[in-house]
Amino acid sequence: MNKTALNESHFALGAKMVNFSDWEMPISYTSLIDEHKAVRGSAGIFDVSHMAVFDFLGGDQIGFFEKIFANDIKKVSQQNKAIYGALLDENGCILDDLIIYHSNNKFRLVSNCSTREQNKHWYQKYAKEFNVEVVERSDMGILAIQGPKALKKIVEMDGIDAKVNDLDTFGCFFEGDKLFARTGYTGEDGLEIIIPNADIKNIWENAIRLGCVPIGLGARDTLRLEAGLNLYGNDMTNENHPYESNLGWTIDMSDESREFVGKCALLSIDQSKSKKIVGVILRDKGILRKGYEINHEQGKGIILSGSYSPTLQLSIGLARVDQGYKENGKVIIRNKALNIDFVSPRFLRQGKI
Amino acid sequence: MSNIPGDLKFLSSHEWIRVESDGTVTVGISDHAQDLLGDIVFVELPEVGQSIDAESDAAIVESVKAASDVYSPLSGEVIEVNALLEDQPEIVNSSPYEDGWFYKLNPTNMNELENLLSPEDYSEACED
Repeated sequence: MNKTALNESHFALGAKMVNFSDWEMPISYTSLIDEHKAVRGSAGIFDVSHMAVFDFLGGDQIGFFEKIFANDIKKVSQQNKAIYGALLDENGCILDDLIIYHSNNKFRLVSNCSTREQNKHWYQKYAKEFNVEVVERSDMGILAIQGPKALKKIVEMDGIDAKVNDLDTFGCFFEGDKLFARTGYTGEDGLEIIIPNADIKNIWENAIRLGCVPIGLGARDTLRLEAGLNLYGNDMTNENHPYESNLGWTIDMSDESREFVGKCALLSIDQSKSKKIVGVILRDKGILRKGYEINHEQGKGIILSGSYSPTLQLSIGLARVDQGYKENGKVIIRNKALNIDFVSPRFLRQGKI
Repeated sequence: MSNIPGDLKFLSSHEWIRVESDGTVTVGISDHAQDLLGDIVFVELPEVGQSIDAESDAAIVESVKAASDVYSPLSGEVIEVNALLEDQPEIVNSSPYEDGWFYKLNPTNMNELENLLSPEDYSEACED
């Protein structure tokens, strides 16, 4: 199994470790609910070094990203900023979701752990045409520090430039090989720091000393679910197109001359008939889980992600449903039809109900 | 392994029973099980009056992460369920052997006790 630079630290903190896509990762340190609440109420720190990091050298990198990325890289290529979007195949299906960071004429890309090899080959396949060299940065780790007090704690730390405080949402900058960005996967304010593995332990220990709570992948999942953020492999796979995955907003066709991979296929989709991802709140007792079936007045659906929401103190989920749904419907749990409400997938905004 | 009360018997799937002085049997899940599950957020209990066979599913326990079946260590008729768990399922985490019990049975075949593990054997089974 692969290990992050903090593997020993996780064991020393008493973490329960699991095999996550062949990486040994902490699922929780104490209680998943306590960890979740620490991020919503104060500040938590996550080791997410299992995620894949790629840099790019030489050639026409803007042309390269215009080709492979369904969002338009030109939105950030003149700014110090990150952009979220999808990597599509020729059929318009989602190979992965990713963030591309741009600052000081450098691009850095972060994508999911389980799709690392697939993506590497995909990038290499298209990079040739643009004379771009793809560099996998397995020497890099990622820390996320998230929560309403995250920035306050970060600026107290030695070796962190106070200008992180001035970053807008999705703003970022390089400091040598280190990247600091105001991004995250929790629905809270905070930073993601993508830095060499050799520098990780120092920042991790410093952050914990300053009161950041170590957070496992278990709470990461409930936090992202409350924020209505998709999880690749769960809420969308390479069998789904962006319009049935709440990612229509990341498809940028405003530059009509831009021919990105998957564009032709997307143009043939009738969006008025596409299924949609919707937020679901269970109004009866129980917990929504992946795979449970849904019925509504004009169609069906299926739960993609379901769990207990520590903030709302009830069960929430994301579901892919046929169009025509109104305010409520039924979910089938162990042969019983229970009441659900359909809501915006963003259960929380800025960490608030 | 934390302290296990000596009067309990176990299934290797982590359920415990206690034979009470009136001959009824109380069922719950072990401290080890609640620790493995993590924060428990929902428990679905059987109906009072329901007949349950030994080692068949009798209840569901759900942590934030996953749902798990709870198997009945003995056969019998359910005579009481722990209504407290409906609103405070987290009691299973804090008191698995006392306040966090699941249901009580009128057992129909006490010979089934012989199939259950002693606290020592259960402890050993957990370490495997």
